[in-house]
Amino acid sequence: MATKSSSSRNARMLLFIPAIFLVALAIVFLKSFEFGPRDVLPSALVGKPFPEFSYSELHNGQQLTRSDLIGEPRLVNVWASWCVACGVEHPILLEIATSGVSIVGLNYKDEPDTARQWLLERGNPYDFNIVDREGLLGIELGVTGAPETFVLDEHGTIVDKHVGLISEATWETFKSQYFSS
Amino acid sequence: MTLIFACIFSFIYSITAIDAQEFEDPTIEERYYKLLEVIRCPKCLNTNLAGSDAPIAKDLRALVYRLLHEGKSDKEIRVYLVERYGDFILYDPPLSPKTVFLWALPVIGLLLVFWVVLKVGFQKNQPQLSAEEAQRLEEVDRS
Repeated sequence: MATKSSSSRNARMLLFIPAIFLVALAIVFLKSFEFGPRDVLPSALVGKPFPEFSYSELHNGQQLTRSDLIGEPRLVNVWASWCVACGVEHPILLEIATSGVSIVGLNYKDEPDTARQWLLERGNPYDFNIVDREGLLGIELGVTGAPETFVLDEHGTIVDKHVGLISEATWETFKSQYFSS
Repeated sequence: MTLIFACIFSFIYSITAIDAQEFEDPTIEERYYKLLEVIRCPKCLNTNLAGSDAPIAKDLRALVYRLLHEGKSDKEIRVYLVERYGDFILYDPPLSPKTVFLWALPVIGLLLVFWVVLKVGFQKNQPQLSAEEAQRLEEVDRS
């Protein structure tokens, strides 16, 4: 008698399982709001070599290729004079460059004259700048806008990527991970 | 009123979304618009390429247009984009060890519901009262 009624109660308890399942799902989804979706978006290119390219340099017009990025670990910073956030990011790039780390600019969908003027006014943290007027190298890199920053190792392989402004904290992490030696 | 608004907005949607592209081949045109529906704008997170005004979406539309005219298949174009932007660029993530849970979740949920329904259903069909209990119930009813 007792076993029967308890087994039917057990069966009734089972009805809660879908509800619990649903609540668990809701919690997972709610939690996922806490992360900016962009923070968790992995770059498809991390671990892959920087794509081949052939574009001119912003100041001297020389042809730049992938081989110009090989030799030492460096940052490749996607920027444009029309990008407001890039202006905010600029001081820290100057600081990083002063500390001796090589930064290469990828001047993204910009007007070269305006870009040169922009660097003249704010200082130039870049060793050289790749001019990507159409944003085609940007597409090769999976860039969605500016600023974005790639970390390259000495072989020209992309080892990390940051979307958006580089903060002091971001730079500290990158520095200790990739530029410590 | 709602209908009027719907008409206005759908009109605005259709003109802002798609750039004026010219197609000589109607099959390519059809494939172009189909691809724009299933490729996500990487900047805007929940808009497809067809519906986004973001500059990057415009660039990617031009890219899809170019790749189609270079004779690339739909699959090749999807692979090209995934290689650069990750699985995220597609609304339907491909089945991989990383996404298998995502695809299996609805099935698991459904099986769970079936199992519970069956289990509880069977319990209901079984006689709940022993003979003694039934007799007592009858007695109570009569009194």
